[in-house]
Amino acid sequence: MSDIADRVKKIVVEHLGVDEDKVVESASFIDDLGADSLDTVELVMAFEEEFGIEIPDDAAETIQTVGDAVNFIKGAV
Amino acid sequence: MFDLTGKNALVTGASGGIGGAIAKALHAAGASVALSGTREAPLQELAAELGERAHVVPANLSDADAVAALPKAAAEAMGSVDVLVNNAGITRDNLFMRMSDDEWQQVLDVNLTSVFRLSRGVLRGMMKARWGRIVNITSVVGTTGNPGQGNYAAAKAGLVGMSKSLAYEVASRGITVNCVAPGFIATAMTDKLNDEQKGKILTQIPAGAMGAPDDIAAAVTYLASPAAGYVTGATLHVNGGMSMV
Repeated sequence: MSDIADRVKKIVVEHLGVDEDKVVESASFIDDLGADSLDTVELVMAFEEEFGIEIPDDAAETIQTVGDAVNFIKGAV
Repeated sequence: MFDLTGKNALVTGASGGIGGAIAKALHAAGASVALSGTREAPLQELAAELGERAHVVPANLSDADAVAALPKAAAEAMGSVDVLVNNAGITRDNLFMRMSDDEWQQVLDVNLTSVFRLSRGVLRGMMKARWGRIVNITSVVGTTGNPGQGNYAAAKAGLVGMSKSLAYEVASRGITVNCVAPGFIATAMTDKLNDEQKGKILTQIPAGAMGAPDDIAAAVTYLASPAAGYVTGATLHVNGGMSMV
């Protein structure tokens, strides 16, 4: 896993309080990791802070899985 | 009775009678306070009176940029904003048929839109802290209506619906959003009324007297405190029985 993926994973584990081995690329924040809509907003805010990027609302809507987040951040940093 | 030690509170309209009393009460309960208002001199005076744990962060809430900058300025002064008291308000009274778009818009901008923006501005920090208090000062006329105050009543009633919606969204994060609805409170604003007007008002108040700014400050202090953690989306009416809802 790349550095970005590791940092994303760490944020997700910390924020959602889920087991690290559940946080795989294909895992959906809401369906697999038990996030509610407010959690997803908080995750996006945490990603913005960690990586010093801006994630606009329409982009945030497309980030459904851990892999989506990693890919978006890779393209944005 | 209600302990706010270590909490940081931003109070808008702190240069006014009610806002000043709220700031003093929160400060007396142990909070640090950031005093906001349009007129800097009375804010500085109040800060000097309070001494430590008091900061002045002037802002004109009819200016969108100033509203956007205020939560940041308050957080920089105090370290965080744990309690937001949206007390600032203006009136531009006129009979409905004579009310201009401008009178309508000014009141909506300051009394409703700025509260939306300030609340949005402090939420990120509160979400992270898993603790926060937003207290919006509404008015009895938001519930009862009042001739000549179509704009003011609309804004105050709007605050109640907005507060309830936000209360739903953030309740699971330890953040509460409530309203305090004053009735007639003796301030510089009501001093302008003549005896006949005052007499007329008093006949509508079962308690037989106008309220004091401290009556509102006590309600705000309760809602801002850890003791009120299970109270959210509520409106606490402080009106001497003038309107029992």
